[in-house]
Amino acid sequence: MRVPLGRIAIARSGDKGDTANIGVIALAELAYPTLVKEVTEHRVKQHFSGICHGRVERFELPNLAALNFLLHESLGGGGTVSLMLDAQGKTFGATLLTMEIDAPDDVIAACGRVTSGEAPGRPTAAHREEADG
Amino acid sequence: MAEAGRKVRVASGQGFWGDWQEAPKLQVRKGPIDYLMLDYLAEITMSIMQKQRQRDAGSGYARDFVDLALDLAPDLVERNIRVLTNAGGVNPEACREALVAGLREASTGRPLRIATVHGDGLMERLDSLIAAGHELRNMETGEPLATIRDRVYSANAYLGQAPLLEALERDADIVITGRSTDTALTYAALAHEFSWASDDWDRLAAGVVAGHINECGAQAAGGNTMFDWRGVDLVAPGYPIIEASADGGFVVTKHPGLGGRVTWATVSEQLVYEMGDPAVYITPDCVADFRSIRLRDLGDDRVQVHGVKGSPRTDQLKVSIAYHAGWKATGTLTYAAPEALDKARRADEILRARLAALDLEFDEIRTEFVGAGACSGRVPERAAELPEVELRVGVRGTDRPAVERFTRELAPLILAGPPSVTGFAGGRPRVQEVMAYWPALIDRAAVEADLRVEVVEAR
Repeated sequence: MRVPLGRIAIARSGDKGDTANIGVIALAELAYPTLVKEVTEHRVKQHFSGICHGRVERFELPNLAALNFLLHESLGGGGTVSLMLDAQGKTFGATLLTMEIDAPDDVIAACGRVTSGEAPGRPTAAHREEADG
Repeated sequence: MAEAGRKVRVASGQGFWGDWQEAPKLQVRKGPIDYLMLDYLAEITMSIMQKQRQRDAGSGYARDFVDLALDLAPDLVERNIRVLTNAGGVNPEACREALVAGLREASTGRPLRIATVHGDGLMERLDSLIAAGHELRNMETGEPLATIRDRVYSANAYLGQAPLLEALERDADIVITGRSTDTALTYAALAHEFSWASDDWDRLAAGVVAGHINECGAQAAGGNTMFDWRGVDLVAPGYPIIEASADGGFVVTKHPGLGGRVTWATVSEQLVYEMGDPAVYITPDCVADFRSIRLRDLGDDRVQVHGVKGSPRTDQLKVSIAYHAGWKATGTLTYAAPEALDKARRADEILRARLAALDLEFDEIRTEFVGAGACSGRVPERAAELPEVELRVGVRGTDRPAVERFTRELAPLILAGPPSVTGFAGGRPRVQEVMAYWPALIDRAAVEADLRVEVVEAR
């Protein structure tokens, strides 16, 4: 199904000089492969075509079911040099979550259960003990 | 063994200069903690403090901290809590003197021992360092510092745990540093308490992860969280607390009874904040691999972190340099519907034509339409129906009079421009100095030889 990325992930963004970073975290671990497949460097660059004038780099963090993106040349020079309203890229995470992606129905359903509070987003202590036992 | 089960609690009290002043008081008074870390310094903060110090030799540090420490002093003694802070900015000595003077009027039960860390400031040594072959090349552009040497405002090396450990070993109650890394303010406490070896890379890396979680205050405890943001009580949030064990494992938590929230989501969000390559998180004391972090949400605002791997520290320290890079000003006007965006665009065209007619030259003129995609860079569908749009224009250049003149060209648009405009009550935009950031590396030996810790007793 075609959905905004925000249906299966949350994000936080920040700055280092003229480079913005966006960390994208899957709501359910089941959604991580979808992130890896759908949220590519190319698609992120396209989504930020009005903002990102450099390259986009992607790093994988399977341990957190997360991806980290570096958007180079995206903050108008960065720091106090920048004339941008969002000179620190604080809102970029929210902007990325509006990107449309293709996600399998079971992934969307699993993330929906996390959002509604029916299921935990990550294995809890109780879950792990069951699995270990 | 008692040691095996012993926990040390390091509480985060401030995430930046200007953070919520009540947070550290709640951390100290609303539950048990052993250490309070207070981070005041962002990349550009040092240059602001340097400017203040040039005007007044007794300034150049976070004054907020002195008021806070005086308020908290009796509690620190009573509850046996030690404070680690980089509030000293570019003048730790002045910060200490203000605190010592204030403590003379306070009744704390016993004298407080206050340590200051000196030697991160490289400003006075800059020319001799350059002459000795330290080029201090910009990590992003590769240019040597010599190209902008005459415009440098401040230069400080990021220090790690060594001076903090010395201060704690000398029984300091309060440690005031200049440009310590934010993370060291947390992990130095753990390394001290658990006597971690300086080459115990895994434990130090675990401490770095703990420090990264603590360094932005509420951000790890529900502030800015996207997960169920409506459901988080942020009126009086409990800031994060690291509850660490000797093996480097720790639980992120907060005081019960306060707002905020600690879950897999809030901790994960903070972990990815301002992240570069997650495999190579470089600090003065080790390199942490954020791909090794294991999280487990224990419920009840407790998230366990374990499994962190580290590798040896590098031979260099990062240096944060700020230099003068011209002047800038930004002003706004608001246009109402119908056709709000078109009106704002026309106003921008008129403004730019007038600036061109005046032969004003700028390095950059930037126009944004707030409400019409200024943050996202994406103009919304149905832009014609927007109820209002804020025109935001900024200029930047080396010619201060040109920037001054720009600040006088916005108001004329109110009468001599497109209709239905408002929002100029604040008057002319202010001209600001542009302080650019120059990140560089330096051999650690060139800095570490000059580090010095002073401890004084305030009574």
